[in-house]
Amino acid sequence: MAYTEEELKKELETKEYEYGFYTDIDSETFPVGLNEEVVRRISQKKQEPEWMTDWRLKAYAAWKDMKEPDWANVQYKKPDYQAISYYSAPKKKDQYKSLDEVDPELLKTFEKLGISIDEQKKLAGVAVDIVMDSVSVATTFKETLAEKGIIFCSISEAIQEYPELVQKYIGSVIPIQDNYFAALNSAVFSDGSFCYIPKGVRCPMELSTYFRINQAGTGQFERTLVIADESSYVSYLEGCTAPSRDENQLHAAVVELIALDHAEIKYSTVQNWFPGDKNGKGGVFNFVTKRGICHKSAKISWTQVETGSAITWKYPSCILKGDDSIGEFYSIALTNNFQQADTGTKMVHLGKNTKSTIISKGISAGKSQNSYRGLVQVHPRATHARNFSQCDSLLMGNQCGAHTFPYIEARNKTAQIEHEATTSKIGEDQIFYCNQRGIDPEKAIALVVNGFSKEVLSKLPMEFAVEAQKLLEISLEGSVG
Amino acid sequence: MLTIENLHAQVEGKQILNGIDLDVKAGEVHAIMGPNGSGKSTLSSVIAGHIDYKVNQGAMLLEGEDLADLSPEERAHQGIFLSFQYPVEIPGVSVTNFIKTAINETRKAKGLEDMPANAMLKKIREKSALLEIDSRFLSRSLNEGFSGGEKKRNEIFQMAMMEPKLSILDETDSGLDIDALKIVANGVNKLRSKNNAIIVITHYQRLLEYIVPDFVHVLFDGKIVKSGTKDLALELEEKGYDWIKEIA
Repeated sequence: MAYTEEELKKELETKEYEYGFYTDIDSETFPVGLNEEVVRRISQKKQEPEWMTDWRLKAYAAWKDMKEPDWANVQYKKPDYQAISYYSAPKKKDQYKSLDEVDPELLKTFEKLGISIDEQKKLAGVAVDIVMDSVSVATTFKETLAEKGIIFCSISEAIQEYPELVQKYIGSVIPIQDNYFAALNSAVFSDGSFCYIPKGVRCPMELSTYFRINQAGTGQFERTLVIADESSYVSYLEGCTAPSRDENQLHAAVVELIALDHAEIKYSTVQNWFPGDKNGKGGVFNFVTKRGICHKSAKISWTQVETGSAITWKYPSCILKGDDSIGEFYSIALTNNFQQADTGTKMVHLGKNTKSTIISKGISAGKSQNSYRGLVQVHPRATHARNFSQCDSLLMGNQCGAHTFPYIEARNKTAQIEHEATTSKIGEDQIFYCNQRGIDPEKAIALVVNGFSKEVLSKLPMEFAVEAQKLLEISLEGSVG
Repeated sequence: MLTIENLHAQVEGKQILNGIDLDVKAGEVHAIMGPNGSGKSTLSSVIAGHIDYKVNQGAMLLEGEDLADLSPEERAHQGIFLSFQYPVEIPGVSVTNFIKTAINETRKAKGLEDMPANAMLKKIREKSALLEIDSRFLSRSLNEGFSGGEKKRNEIFQMAMMEPKLSILDETDSGLDIDALKIVANGVNKLRSKNNAIIVITHYQRLLEYIVPDFVHVLFDGKIVKSGTKDLALELEEKGYDWIKEIA
């Protein structure tokens, strides 16, 4: 039918969360509240060594004295941190060795998401470490990886099996007192993934983790640690969906990447947590700290497609410590209805001839607010540092907002920093042009959005790019009335 | 093919078309000429179904079917094609990807499967050769950074791909140098057949030297005030539009 901007707005508002369902799996959950005792119990539950318990306690002590940050361009009711349960695990205690042992309910959930493990296994060499409510329940391809000396396991397992690696690197990029949410995570993280690629090894497959939050009222505190030893390479994928829920769910993950000399880490995320309904009710609070350190000639590349969460607070960053190291950040952040996103990156140039690239694409619809916040910092000894930043915003309708907060601090005269920014609106003329070629408004919007996002989508591994493209369409399409 | 009866239309409350009658048969080429502001482009937008234009009287029929209740994309599915005067840019969407989507969406509307990739590729090669389009051009973002000539050539390329029943070329000659004009006109001529019809909207007679119309109509103040053969175009070229205003 005939089509106006009014209808476009209506259409965008009517898109409900497609992955809103709830899996009924027995789980063991701590009572609500956080104190030293709870931290100790989490550590105990996981049979952690003393150094780990102490580390957590130190983090808790730091967190207690910290204040929740409020500089981000987001507005929300601050969670009551004493009303959250800090540990929830599926009751089954043993690790699953094969799919047959996995709870059929869980498998059904994955089927609904269209990421059946079976299919995943057959797919071009993707090893999936599935994290469901904080405990790893299935790990595949482990043996293939083991042959190359690659370690890919849950962080809990790594603490037991590879304590020296964990102890050396955990908190080395993001110290426990780094920020409020990182401190909280350090104190109470329940599980997450660990990955180590030995010297000179090129990881033969994309390592992949799917996160889900699945227990009413439990915050999820994932901890990820990826270490790429000298001259190694790894591509790591992280994808998320969460069931629909009325109350807000807190998520405060920490991801640390260490790229030693000449190593390369590619870290890709597709995030689709429940964004709240069209009235802004419910939705996940996503307060994530992600940072990587690049040693000499190393490279870290962050790619993210963010379509979910009610509140997003996330700045995957690179510390370019080594000379000739490279940091990249490619991001698509899509907000609809009442979603608020404040996301971007920090590129800290410490080494000589360091290079960074930032490509950020923000898509705002409905009544959402979408902010890019980025810092490019060039330190005095970082001669000939180079940065290129490009921030593009696409607006749909006239009730949403796009904001850009680029900070540049250059303390070396040889630095070359470029910043480009554009803001555009999906125009009625673009939609009409597509319509005239037989393309309906829904498909037309998808086409324009995909075109806008192309530079970033092309950075994702193939299967992931297809999924991400679908996600963008899902997040914006509605039934055209 | 297309029958327009007593068509009245307005945009933003302003009455632009004041009773147009036009009968275009299969195999014919009609030229619509007229001074600026006479309603030429409005007519093309109204036929294509642009939402901003309200038909307040009269009817349009395509092969006997009333267009009134059809959305722009449904009209496209029925075989109406508009070559835009100002084609829009869609950054990041290649010419190939765009035309592929257009063709497959149209097929979907007709209950057909997507066109197989190799058939699509073959068709793209064939039609781009027809319009002397370089294959590198096809991977560029739609209309982004295109010259005036490239934009218009791209429109005609899409026309060739879509194989419409009725094509409306809205000021296709504007922004074209003589070489580009010849290429575009040649392309259009090769697409002419006894099964399709073309309406050429133009301000100048120049294009009509290359795309020779069967009929020429002069639009003034939202009405067709004079119709004739191609000689009428020449007469207009010679005398300008003032004498039309007098007879109107």
